[in-house]
Formats: sequence, C-alpha cells, structure tokens
Amino acid sequence: MSVDQILVTGDPLILASQIAILLTIIGAVVGITYFKKWRYLWEEWLTTVDHKKIGIMYILAGVAMFFRGGVDGLMMKAQTSRPNMEFLDAQHYDEVFTTHGIVMILFMAMPMLIGIMNVVLPLQIGARDVAFPKLNALSFWTFFVAAMLFNISFVIGGSPDAGWTSYFPLAGKEFTPGVGNNYYAIALQIAGIGTLATGINFIVTILKMRAPGMTLMKMPMFTWTSLVTSILIVAAFPILTVALAFMTMDRLFGAHFFTVAAGGDPMLWLNLFWLWGHPEVYIVVLPAFGMFSEVIATFSRKNLYGYKTMVASIVGIAFLSMLVWVHHFYTMGNSAAVNSVFSITTMMIAIPTGVKIFNWLFTMRKGRIKFTTSMLWSLAFIPCFTIGGVTGVMLAMAAADYQYHNTMFLVAHFHYVLIPGVVFAVFAGLYYWWPKMFGFTLNEKIGKWHFWLFVIGFNLTFMPMFFVGLDGMSRRMYTYSEGLGWEGWLGFSAAGSLIMAAGFAALCYNIYWSFRFASRDVGSDPWDARTLEWATASPVQHYNFAVVPKVDSLDPFWKMKKKGTFKLKKQDIKEIHMPSNSAIPILMGIAFGIVGFFLVFEWFTLAAIWSLGIIACLVANSFDYDDGYHVSAEEVEETERKWRGDL
Amino acid sequence: MEKTNKVFPGKLVIGFLLSIVMTVLAAWIALGTDFSKSVIMWMIGALAIFQAGVQLIMFMHINEGKSGMINTINIVYSVFIAAVIVAGSIWILTTGHAAH
Ligand code: HEM
Ligand SMILES: [Cu+2]
Repeated sequence: MSVDQILVTGDPLILASQIAILLTIIGAVVGITYFKKWRYLWEEWLTTVDHKKIGIMYILAGVAMFFRGGVDGLMMKAQTSRPNMEFLDAQHYDEVFTTHGIVMILFMAMPMLIGIMNVVLPLQIGARDVAFPKLNALSFWTFFVAAMLFNISFVIGGSPDAGWTSYFPLAGKEFTPGVGNNYYAIALQIAGIGTLATGINFIVTILKMRAPGMTLMKMPMFTWTSLVTSILIVAAFPILTVALAFMTMDRLFGAHFFTVAAGGDPMLWLNLFWLWGHPEVYIVVLPAFGMFSEVIATFSRKNLYGYKTMVASIVGIAFLSMLVWVHHFYTMGNSAAVNSVFSITTMMIAIPTGVKIFNWLFTMRKGRIKFTTSMLWSLAFIPCFTIGGVTGVMLAMAAADYQYHNTMFLVAHFHYVLIPGVVFAVFAGLYYWWPKMFGFTLNEKIGKWHFWLFVIGFNLTFMPMFFVGLDGMSRRMYTYSEGLGWEGWLGFSAAGSLIMAAGFAALCYNIYWSFRFASRDVGSDPWDARTLEWATASPVQHYNFAVVPKVDSLDPFWKMKKKGTFKLKKQDIKEIHMPSNSAIPILMGIAFGIVGFFLVFEWFTLAAIWSLGIIACLVANSFDYDDGYHVSAEEVEETERKWRGDL
Repeated sequence: MEKTNKVFPGKLVIGFLLSIVMTVLAAWIALGTDFSKSVIMWMIGALAIFQAGVQLIMFMHINEGKSGMINTINIVYSVFIAAVIVAGSIWILTTGHAAH
C-alpha cells in the first residue's frame, strides 16, 4: 500500500484535522521537553500503579473523548439543522454517527465511570489500593491505546461506518471492504480485554479488601453499585470478546460466522451484540446511580432512605438486564413468543428502577438540602431520566415498537437515558469528588453556568427529536427534503446542541479557573460528608490511610464525626507496605496498540512479530520479583501532621 | 488439615463410586441400548450434569469453608448466564420467521 492509500485524503475537514493532530503532537513533545517534564511524567504518571492517579488519567482521557464525541454530535446536528444541507455527505455522516456512538459509550462513558470508581472505591472501603494494582494500570493502558487506535481511523485508513452496532451483513467484508470496520473489531477487542480485567479487579477488591467491620450490608451505595457493575462486566464482556473475535475472523481470514452465504447467520451477530449491548447500558448507568445516591444523601444531610431496598433493586436490575436483549431487535422477525417474553422482562426493569427513584425522593424529603452544583445535577437527573425511562417502557412493547423502531424517537429516548444517567452523574461526581482528587473545589458559580447551560441545551436538543421521530424521521438519516414539517424541530434541536456545547465549555473554563485561582484551603471534608473517602487528606496521600479505619455501621465517617472518634493516635501508626511502579503495563499496552494497528491493515507478519512484544511483557512480569516498598512510620507521621491538627 | 487426613474419607469414596456408576451408565446407554439418538443424547447429557455436580460438591468442596457461599453463588450464576446465552440464542434464532 502506498501512503495515500493509508492516509485519508481529499476532504478539507479531514485535512484540517490531520494538521491539527500533527501540530498538537509536536506541541506536546516540544512543551514537555522544554519544561523538562519527561522524567516527571514517566515516574509519576505513566508507570504509576496508584489507583488515584490511574483514575485521574481515565477521567482526563474521558473528558478528551467527550470532546471528540461531542464534536461528532454537533456536526450531525449541523448537517440536519436545515433541509438539503450540504455540510456532510452520506458517507461522512455514516462515519460520524458510528464513531460518535462508539466513542461516547466505550471511550467516554466507560473511562469516566471506571475512572471515578478507581479514585473513590478503594477509599470508600478503607483500602490502600485495588487488589491488583499492576493489572489496573494495564487495564488503563489497553483502554487508552484502544481509544487512540480507534480515533486515528478517520485520518489513517478511514473510519468505521456501519453504525455503532455494526450489523452484518453490512459490516462484513463483502459490503464494507475498507479497513474502517477492522478498526472497530480490533480496537473494541483491546478495550474490552482491559475492561474485563477491571471488572475482576474491582470484584476482588470489594470482596477481599474492605476495612474491618464493613460487612456487605454496611458498604456505601456507590461501592455496592460498583460491585454489581463489575459482576455485570464479567458476565457480559466475554460475549463481546467472542462476537468480535468472530467478526475479526470473518473480516480478516474469510470465515463465515455472520455472512449471508456459506452457512453464516447475520442475525447471530445482532443476537450476540445485544447480549452484551444491553447489559452494557446498565454497566454505565449503575455506577451513576451509586454516585447520585452518595451526593443526594450528603447534601440532604440524611442517610440514604431504604438502603436495603436500594441494594435489592440494584441486584434486581442487574439480574433482569441479562434477560432483555431482544428488545433491540423486535423487528428482526422473531416468533410472537420471543417478542412477548422479552417485552415483559423489559417492562419489569421499570419496577426496581422506579423503587430507586422513590428512594432518592424520600431521602430528600424533609432534608435540609444544600443546592451545590453536584446536588443540582442529581436533582436534574431525576425528571430527565424519568422521561428516558417512560419512553423506554413505550419502546418495550413489541407491537408498538414496530412504529418506533429506528426512528429519531429511539435516538431521543436513549440520549434521555444516557445523558442524565451517565453524563449528569459524571458531572455530579466530578464536582463532588474533585476536592478529593486535587485538594480544591471547582468554582460553584461557574459550575452553575455549566449546569444551566448544559441542562437547558440538552432538553432543547433532544426533546424535539421525540417529535420528529413520531413524525416519521428515521434514525441515521443524513438529509431530508423541505415541507415535511421537520425544519422547525430540527433547527431548534441544532440550536440546543450549541447551548449544550457552551455548557461543556463552561466546565473546561471552570477546570482552568479553579486550577489557577481556587482556594486551596478547603480542608479534607468540604461537604460535611458521610463515607470513608472523606476521612483522609485532600488530595489523598499516596498510601490513602495512615491507619485503616474500623467500621461498625453505615456512614462510618459521619458517626466518627458525631462521636468525636475521628482521631489518630501516634502509637497506631505503623510502617505501610505499598506496591512499586512498573513500566510493564504501559509497554504492554503499546505493544497491543501496534499489533492492533497491523491487524487493522492486515499486515500479518508484522502483527505476529510485534505480538512477541506482548509475550515478552508477560514473561518479564513473571520474573518481576519486586513486591513493593515500605513507607516508614516516621514518614507517615510527618505527612499526617501536615493536614490534621490532632497529632 | 491434619485431622482430615486421619478420618476415613467417606465423602470422597461416595463421590468416586457415584462418578463411576454414572460413567458406566452413560457408556451402557450409548453402546448397549437401542434408544433413538436424541434420547441417548438427552440421557448422557443429564448424567454429565449430575456428575459435574457430584464432583463439585464431593471433590471440589464448593459449599464448604469460608467462601462456600460465594463459590456456590458463583457457580449457580455462571450456569444461569451460560444457560441464558446458549438456550436464549437457540430459541431466538430458530423460532423466528427468518428460520423458516
Ligand atoms: C453531547 C451531546 C450529544 C449530541 C449532540 C448527540 C447527538 C447525536 C446524534 C445527532 C446522533 C445520530 C442520530 C442519527 O442520525 O441517527 C447520535 C447518535 C448516538 N449517540 Fe449521541 N449525542 C450526544 C451525546 C451522546 C452521549 C453522551 C452518548 C452515550 C453515552 C451518545 C450515544 C449515542 C449513540 C450510541 C448513538 C447511535 C449511533 C449509531 O446510530 O450508530 N450520544 N447522537
Ligand atoms: Cu436494551
């Protein structure tokens, strides 16, 4: 292949991006070299196994991916803002909605949530790190490398363009011969492996590393949702792994799992994709439920109403979420029995979800609510998500779904679920836990701008899409003619998306402003919170807790504050054992990325050679006898004295 | 640990005998009877599942010790997921219009 077959050429938008990417890379390299930050970067971040730093890197990558996916969204809104618009052609529109969907779900929602889980979870259960810190770093690097691999597709080789669902036969080699869909198969595979490892890691961490006295029913709600999410990950991600492996064999090696000819079955792909895909939406939404629970309890200044029913409903949702996948393809031509059963299971999910909504409302009842920015996100979540849920029940009825299927109504529905359920939650979580990560709060005033712009923009963008959908506009439609009565709705919607973008800009400005100007004097517990992550310094010392706290009830930190037992005694401080940094995860991640790249272009010899790199990392890891280092009691004491008065 | 070494391992022997009986039974059903093919498959399939259960309980001690509960939940859940995926997929893909 020659260079101009590899680089995508001929589109001014893409040329501009290529130049921008090149300049950014050069700028970053020059900048880091000029400020002599390479060593710092390598030692403090790239090789770190500290769950808090890994979490921050996840969040950073997630914000960048939100930007990328958001720009895709804006481009689509611009294209459909007026009839017969000539901004994106059909091919380009296809590529944009495909990458938008994948980037938003796998490279924005997942890392944001896993990032916050990384930062908060070990702290909430009083642990010093996750169970397998090095594996955790590997999870991050495989995710990051996969995200980068997926993101270069539009400038090198061409984007995938068969939708985020990549249905066969369209996604097969026969109808989509370019390398674009190879990117889909390979990048998702690499990311999926990392996610699976994260799931296992968090399950073990939660089951084995809780502070003494914290029984399962004394765990904070966010920990509960993280546990259930991790179990769902372990149950669902292997299905994706297998489905993608089949896809890869079909596309790269001429197999016939999903082809129309030679005994393949394209519908098997739909079936497997949604067997993973539906649990996946609960994987992204459950941790969000946990975050709202923490935020609402803290700012209502009450304990969470109905803790036990909350746990039961999470487990119920997780259980049911494995049993509903057919609702994504009622129109495939299933038997009446299949469609009926899956209609019922789908509608049943509304019950535990409804229970949770009422629990949040009752938590707030008679509370002295503080309207901080993160509380505002939680409040806005409830009505917006309810709209998403109610329209979901409409879609759940198989007979009715024949009308709604693949219309803008559906697109509006899942954005009403995913944006309040994931994005609002991540924003709430970021405002809430920001001081834990960085030692200062984000600015509340700019935060309110961020909140109002985003929430208003979100509703203006997606509410009209329900109506054009009911009016017959199908999904993934890149253009339409005048006189259908859609112009008004879609113009409105496009304007709304600009307001939402302004909201995102406000967040970025807020981060910048707060890094420069915010007061560093907010203490370790700025919100007067209830759970253990607030029982240590902000930003958290690398060893998390000088002495592992003892727990005898829910909301342990709240109890400690009330009883005045939040004290540290000098004689309790002991030496602390911590894991050492390691270069293996990042090197292995890079090797995965290179192998992936060669597989995308079907250069098998090169791929085989580089996969030795992955194996070399495994071998090196087996002979790595470094089992960590010790922080001396004196050093701990000195660090602790800096932030607490009682030592 | 020491104690279990001295006690007669009754559980293990029973498990062992049950396993042998079921294996022989399966072999006899397959080779020595003239049931139809599908009946044979069902019967030896059922025996295989029973035997897996016997081995898990008698040899692997899944329901004993501190994590017995967790192990049992784990196995039951895995079986449930596998059944949903396999049986569900077969049901969906073989009963639809497209399959006829
Ligand atoms: C930031 C604001 C967002 C805007 C303006 C936006 C806009 C859009 C638009 C216009 C479409 C395509 C509609 C069509 O023609 O079919 C779309 C599809 C989609 N969006 Fe978003 N979206 C946003 C955020 C999100 C988020 C946060 C997620 C997930 C967490 C998400 C997930 C998806 C998915 C999965 C699709 C389907 C892609 C496909 O058809 O293959 N979006 N979005
Ligand atoms: Cu679903």
